Amino acid sequence: MESARIAFRNLYRQKRRTGLTVSIIAFGVVAVILFSSLAGSFKNMMISQITDSMLGHLQVHRSGYVESLDTMPLNMIMEEKHIDQLKKALAEISEIEGYTLRILLGTLLSNYADTTNIKLSAIEPGNEKLVTPLLPGRITQGKFLEKGQILLPNLVARGLDLGVASEVVVIATNVDGSVNGTSLIVSGIVETAVGPSGKYGYIHIDDARELLRMESLQVSEVAIRLKDAEKLTLVMNKLQTALKGITDDKGKPVFEVHPWKALSPFNNIANMIDLMTIFIQVILVTIVLISIMNVMLMAVYERTKEIGTIAAIGTPPSSIMSLFIFEGLFLGIAGAAVGNITGWVLVQAVKAAEMTISFGQSDNILLAPQISLSTMLATTFIVILVTLLGAIEPAYKASQLDPVEALRN
Amino acid sequence: MQPLVIAKDLVKIYQAGEVEVKALRGVSFEIDSGQFVSFTGPSGSGKTTLLNLIGSLDVQTSGELIVAGQAVNQLNIRQRANFRGNNIGIIFQDFNLIPVLTVRENIEYPLLMVKPTPAAERHKIVSELMEKVGITEQAEKFPNQISGGQKQRVAIARALSTAPKLVLADEPTANLDKATSTRIIDLMKELKNQLGTSFIFSTHDPRVVSHADVIYVLEDGQLQTPTAENTMGHGGSK
Ligand SMILES: Nc1ncnc2c1ncn2[C@@H]1O[C@H](COP(=O)(O)OP(=O)(O)OP(=O)(O)O)[C@@H](O)[C@H]1O
Ligand SMILES: [Mg+2]
Repeated sequence: MESARIAFRNLYRQKRRTGLTVSIIAFGVVAVILFSSLAGSFKNMMISQITDSMLGHLQVHRSGYVESLDTMPLNMIMEEKHIDQLKKALAEISEIEGYTLRILLGTLLSNYADTTNIKLSAIEPGNEKLVTPLLPGRITQGKFLEKGQILLPNLVARGLDLGVASEVVVIATNVDGSVNGTSLIVSGIVETAVGPSGKYGYIHIDDARELLRMESLQVSEVAIRLKDAEKLTLVMNKLQTALKGITDDKGKPVFEVHPWKALSPFNNIANMIDLMTIFIQVILVTIVLISIMNVMLMAVYERTKEIGTIAAIGTPPSSIMSLFIFEGLFLGIAGAAVGNITGWVLVQAVKAAEMTISFGQSDNILLAPQISLSTMLATTFIVILVTLLGAIEPAYKASQLDPVEALRN
Repeated sequence: MQPLVIAKDLVKIYQAGEVEVKALRGVSFEIDSGQFVSFTGPSGSGKTTLLNLIGSLDVQTSGELIVAGQAVNQLNIRQRANFRGNNIGIIFQDFNLIPVLTVRENIEYPLLMVKPTPAAERHKIVSELMEKVGITEQAEKFPNQISGGQKQRVAIARALSTAPKLVLADEPTANLDKATSTRIIDLMKELKNQLGTSFIFSTHDPRVVSHADVIYVLEDGQLQTPTAENTMGHGGSK
């Protein structure tokens, strides 16, 4: 490959310029790697905060329930036979790690002196811990829930001056409209989390059934945790297919499946982070394109006489073109390599520095930037592709030079 | 046998904006294989223009030009590059070596990029040529590490590497001192005798001209009628 050898020697001859161009490309690559790894880790961390501390990855409700979630209607709830059907469908899907049943209810909470509104999620403590493993971590005082107890959100606890072991009365209206109350002991105080259900209190599902005088098993929602969060769409499709055929007396489907994204406004932030990553990549592409075109045009201009010489002695235009294409290619490869290595080292350094950030009420969340091989390969591929694109025009120009004109230089 | 170069009523007109420059005004001549031919004449008389036409670097405005049996104005740009690569060696006034390649690599270049040749044969050709032009000791040096005369020796070897039928040299000695000029011309002549390659060169220098077998004098784009003196060597040593 004589073209490659000459291209390499020409780059070597212009050490400073080559170094500068490689640095510019590498800088762009480092920016992309750092940004996408940090933003990616921030995003993943936020997503897991939301899915692992309250939502789970997927939720199943009675059709129409989510639209009227604000009122937590008890007449739009899943009946025992539905729950059986759902459990059967869930058992079929191997990607599911576990699920938990919940009754959501709007109640009045009293400390015998003051009363306040509070939304409660009535849970199966064991399954809830499995589906939302970060929930126990949100408990700042006291401990997790048992039957006859309540986990209070910190704002309500402060407002009503309640602490661990305080006794409260919870009053709820059941589906028939009659009112019932029960007294519970505060087992712990739970920190609010970012998201729609971040300010809920928690009680045991059996207490809720007694309070609401439910004779059979009825639940408002089923939250599901996946073994691998990346398989969201796949599992969602499987589940929807399995539940599609199940209809009520009026022929309408009983179930509705929602991914966490549809249940949390945070999804928009996640999308914005993705958008910004793309934006940074576009900037990288622009930097690479402009610097390569610039440096290659400069090379062609400077070496006009040399190009005239090799054209005069019979070098075919395609070979002259390949000479400059190789130069661009080498610059791209070198820039991508230096950038990837530097970027990787910096990511490891950030990881080693154990930087923490705060998000919502939770702080000291460890920033763990991850750089995947596929991101590095994709960045490399894009950079090399763009350097080729940037080199084509100058290379073509060189190949089309008239030797007589060029030699006059 | 057909002459190597046949020119009939060659006209070359340059269009410089509004102005037409008649660089060649009907030039006719024939050059046989194995000759050592010189075109001389004052500055602007059309020497470079004529050599560019013979070398298929440019095409005539009118008239006929046949080089190595080929009417070169009928070839497109790519075919002309190919034609040059196969038939013509070029030597430049300011040597025009590739600065990033060593002496050896410069001579090897046409055998890689112009007329690809198997490695063993390539190395043999390059070594022999370096020997012939007396540059073997400089083989691994870069052009900026050798003298002007040595550079022109390298350029001659490069021009000969593809074993062309014809070598063109536009003022090959203009950038060399008198003594070196004479040695370079002697070298070219010697190589012509050894290899049978034809050489056509242009020059201002009367001392260089005197080495030619055939001397053509150009003036204002026209050939002067050959005098007895300047056709002296016609058909001479081969
Ligand atoms: N590209 C061009 N455009 C316009 N005019 C040109 C061009 N090339 C050459 N000429 C003109 O053609 C004429 C012949 O030029 P040419 O270069 O062939 O002369 P020359 O004999 O080689 O001169 P010198 O000894 O100075 O090298 C001159 O008048 C020159 O100005
Ligand atoms: Mg000239």
